[in-house]
Amino acid sequence: MKILVAVKRVIDYNVQIRVKEDNTGVVTDNVKMSTNPPDDNAIEEAVKIKEAGKATEVVAVSIGEEKAQETVRKALAVGADRGILVKTEGIIEPLAVSKLLQKIVEKEKPDLVFMGKQAIDDDCNQTGQMLSALLNWPQATFASKIEIKDGKLEVTREIDEGLETIEINVPAIVTCDLRLNEPRYASLPNIMKAKKKPIEQLNASDLGVDITPRIEQVKVEEPPKRKAGIKVSSVAELVQKLKNEAKVI
Amino acid sequence: MSVLLIAEHNNKELKPFTLNASTAASQIDDDVHAVIIGHNCDEAAKALSELPLIKKVIQVEAAHYENFVAENFAPVIVKLAENYSHIISSANTFGKNLMPRIAAALDTSQISDIIKVIAPDTFLRPIYAGNAFATVKSKDAKKCVTIRPTSFDPCESSGGSAPIEKADPGEEFAKTKFIKREEVKSDRPELGTARVVVSGGRGMQSGDNFKLITSLADKLNAAIGASRAAVDAGYISNDHQVGQTGKVVVPDLYIAVGISGAIQHLAGMKESKVIVAINKDGEAPIFSVADYGLEADLFEAVPQFLEELNKLNTIQK
Repeated sequence: MKILVAVKRVIDYNVQIRVKEDNTGVVTDNVKMSTNPPDDNAIEEAVKIKEAGKATEVVAVSIGEEKAQETVRKALAVGADRGILVKTEGIIEPLAVSKLLQKIVEKEKPDLVFMGKQAIDDDCNQTGQMLSALLNWPQATFASKIEIKDGKLEVTREIDEGLETIEINVPAIVTCDLRLNEPRYASLPNIMKAKKKPIEQLNASDLGVDITPRIEQVKVEEPPKRKAGIKVSSVAELVQKLKNEAKVI
Repeated sequence: MSVLLIAEHNNKELKPFTLNASTAASQIDDDVHAVIIGHNCDEAAKALSELPLIKKVIQVEAAHYENFVAENFAPVIVKLAENYSHIISSANTFGKNLMPRIAAALDTSQISDIIKVIAPDTFLRPIYAGNAFATVKSKDAKKCVTIRPTSFDPCESSGGSAPIEKADPGEEFAKTKFIKREEVKSDRPELGTARVVVSGGRGMQSGDNFKLITSLADKLNAAIGASRAAVDAGYISNDHQVGQTGKVVVPDLYIAVGISGAIQHLAGMKESKVIVAINKDGEAPIFSVADYGLEADLFEAVPQFLEELNKLNTIQK
């Protein structure tokens, strides 16, 4: 079985986001970038499946600017066998990403495609489901447990009401929840080894997909600030304030 | 052209967020139709027809719609979409799972999780866990939009009498099979809609200590929330998680106990009307969003909180 894992390069989750003064976006210059956190879970799961002898190859793919190569390299350092980088510039919407991934899937013919359930930059939560629709494959979104059972997957999904279990035929798309596993750290020897693993570079234009944005980003602003609060000195004072000042209890 | 709202339900009742989504849909266009897809869902369809904002209900029934599998639902809506300018659903796990499958089939770039309708083609949505707000304008002819339910008031639930039309079901998608759902039952208000939420974090130190949160929630008739750290540590189940990847809540009162206030958590609660933080670390980021901060050991403060509440003659429910 072959597993394709899509990884996205995003602003690191610990970075305090700053909006650009001209309201065209957020500041990305000289800001720490990392792999989108649930994409780390997706890679981890694929590598674990390979280690358990149930997959033969794990291929990491990223779509983005040249520097997204670092994100692919990180996936290689934690166990992916080889990488693909589809180079694009500017904003690329989930619909375009899923069309590019569709082309990669047609070329690579994986049995499973894994990715994070949501990217923490645009918070769209669309790509996996869109790819699944384009391929007419089953989708298991927000996965917190994956079991492989002869040609099928049993997936436990995180839903608002609790948990849901579904069975899907392979080939299939799985989008991963943070709860799926504990991503490993890359060891130094593996980081060195990853430098020798191949990364194929493609241009989005080579894949014959129209990736022109359909959504105009009119402006990006700071959210309204909360009024500064106060520190209370005791529980009695807190309860009194909630009762008489905020009037919420 | 009219707006098509995808109703969320459990075959018997409408899910409450359908009311919030109806409000959002009506802000785009007055002519809101709602589609309900399910199995033996007449009662829910009737409830839907009673929402005064809904002008027409389309009911689609088949056994394979009983468990809301997106692969079965999407083709039904794609077929109906021909007559509509917008397809709308809530941005909860139901809508998040389903809408992109519809949007891709319609070759539309979806707009997720809007918090405001600015114009029928222009919306406000949070990005970067709510650390920035983007105004976005769709250039697609057909628009697929999911709405953040807590950012729109629920509409009236009675007084309407929309006609209910039946539409033919589609085929079953045989490659996906529903097996089971484990719902967490509770007598408490639902986390997404509760007036008061009491949340615990890693500072609770154990699942057993969450009893303190439970007692406080009982007293205030509150829903129970948790940070991801508390969920990951196994103190409480995931359906309580508040944050960027969990639920977004906007209660009148949010009480964060032993929660440091990671960016991901703040994303899920910082729009609450009044925020209380109880934490022994005075430097914890949660204090930056708290209206009332109490720097104290929660294991002393929460029992005192209960005592003080007991002294009050009345507590709002």
